[in-house]
Amino acid sequence: MTATSDREQMAYVSAQAADARVKVELDTGDMTLNIGPQHPATHGTLRIACQLDGEQVVVAEPIMGYMHRGYEKLCEVRTYPQCTTLINRIDWLGSFANEVPFILAAERLMEIEAPPRAQWIRTILFELSRIANLALFLGDMGVQIGALTPVFFAFRDRERVLNQIEEVTGGRFHPNFDRIGGLKDDIPKGWIEETRSVMVKMRTFCDEMEDLLVGNEIFQARCRGVGVIPPEVALGYGLSGANLRASGVDWDLRRDANPGLAWDQVDWRVWTHPDGDSFARYWVRLQETREATHIVDQLLDGIPSGPIMAKVPRIIKVPAGEAYISTENPLGEMGYYIVSKGDLGPFRVKIRTPSFNNISIVPWVMKGVYVPDVITILGSLYFILGDIDR
Amino acid sequence: MTDETTIEETPPADDQRERLLSDLSDSLGEILVESHLRPHENIWFRVKIEAWQDAAMAAKSAGFEYFGFLSAIDWHIAPEGRYEDTEFDTGLVEEDDEPVEIDSSTGYGGGDTRFQMLMQLYSLSEQAGVILKADVGDDMTVDTVREIFPGADWHERETHEMFGISFRGHPTLQPLYLPTEFEGHPLRKDFPLLARQVKPWPGVVDIEEIPEHLEAQLEAEVMAAFESNEGGS
Repeated sequence: MTATSDREQMAYVSAQAADARVKVELDTGDMTLNIGPQHPATHGTLRIACQLDGEQVVVAEPIMGYMHRGYEKLCEVRTYPQCTTLINRIDWLGSFANEVPFILAAERLMEIEAPPRAQWIRTILFELSRIANLALFLGDMGVQIGALTPVFFAFRDRERVLNQIEEVTGGRFHPNFDRIGGLKDDIPKGWIEETRSVMVKMRTFCDEMEDLLVGNEIFQARCRGVGVIPPEVALGYGLSGANLRASGVDWDLRRDANPGLAWDQVDWRVWTHPDGDSFARYWVRLQETREATHIVDQLLDGIPSGPIMAKVPRIIKVPAGEAYISTENPLGEMGYYIVSKGDLGPFRVKIRTPSFNNISIVPWVMKGVYVPDVITILGSLYFILGDIDR
Repeated sequence: MTDETTIEETPPADDQRERLLSDLSDSLGEILVESHLRPHENIWFRVKIEAWQDAAMAAKSAGFEYFGFLSAIDWHIAPEGRYEDTEFDTGLVEEDDEPVEIDSSTGYGGGDTRFQMLMQLYSLSEQAGVILKADVGDDMTVDTVREIFPGADWHERETHEMFGISFRGHPTLQPLYLPTEFEGHPLRKDFPLLARQVKPWPGVVDIEEIPEHLEAQLEAEVMAAFESNEGGS
């Protein structure tokens, strides 16, 4: 036996006492855990301050504004064509889709309409940016639960779609291609065939994701029954896009409030899921991506001939009035409320972004969930920081 | 969108929207101030500010249960003018010049005060939207609608910090985007945009008038390009 000195014995006893004291006094409530501002799950700089009780979240409060750029104010001091430069950068993964509702709202106030060919190409590019945007989500959701492979597949295959967008618009991320009255340019030669083959590859990508994640037991265990949002809550918070449809609400602006694009010319369906959990949100987006490739395929078949630009005055003055147009963007409903006073630029632009409403449900949905689920729920709600902060 | 060329004078028959308009007007009753209907657009209703909550409730019970957004409009003309680069803004306008015409019209549904509340709601069954408006009085206070539409919580916080409108009954009106020590309300028209004060806007050349002697020539070029494109595939 080793003889212990008095000093060692005292240290041992006091350590025991300290341990006992901790066990009695340890309060499992009121621990604050900061997720972010820089965290892979937040797609930018969003901070979620979680108050924990043990492993469970008591209050989750998103704190944003780290990237607030004041686009509503900046739009007020620009002309209409200059505004699209900013608008591109709201949801930077689906930039072309951002421009469309703004341009449509201005066109409605000016009472002009883009020629059919322009409307079709707009719809094709719109759907391509949806595919590019959602492809990243489909892979990224795997990373949130620790599966690294899907995201590499996603980046690889998204590149193909971005190449197609680049070939038409000249810009991979910020095309700035939509114009009041039509489009900047026509599609290049041979583009239709290339796009068709890319769509085949994207369908293969969707199948791969289905094999890798949807059928995966771990993925299901982490996502099924987690973060359930009932339909009436989703409506009250103004959730849109796949988040709304995953709660069983059959509402798609492409079908129900088409502002004049070519969606009503093709045969497609709106996917919904009754569960409202993280898994449902993933599943709906997967189906939507696949559906979008079919929409593009059909649209490529029937691009009408004709001009791509309507007769528009060189100096664009939008008559006085107000218009609100929203479209079903990759993330959900994106709309622009434009107030014009007959000037060269808008008097006021209210930008209704999907992610802002989608994330406003976080305090509600995070109540009582476990810490690891915070990440999967955030990932499945799918937001872009630029889209929240504007 | 083609039939939109016949706006205001002879609106096309729009039975569904007209029915919605009269239905909702009835349920709003005397809190309704004005309404406005345009084809293919949301229906505009302007209600009394005291009855903002009641109007939201009435719209919700009429089936408009999908919350779109909530914001405000500042109808005030900025003292600096519309653009900080125009002659009017930079003070180049001489005193004996003609006074600059200030457009103080207030859009569809009208408006009497500087600030106007704005809320957009959808009815999924009718596939139609409404825009509720209300003029904010001098006390700059509106009743909160976050009990009716929980999504309005953040929108009200944003409106509070951007316009300085406070919401009666809202428990946490802390800033959403701006730092806590920020002073002023950025989206008010009299809040100067500092970048424009410091440096003139280079983008102003984008909208330069075409010199008169080139106008006819350019017009002809554009028309020729347009005609040649029309036949293309």
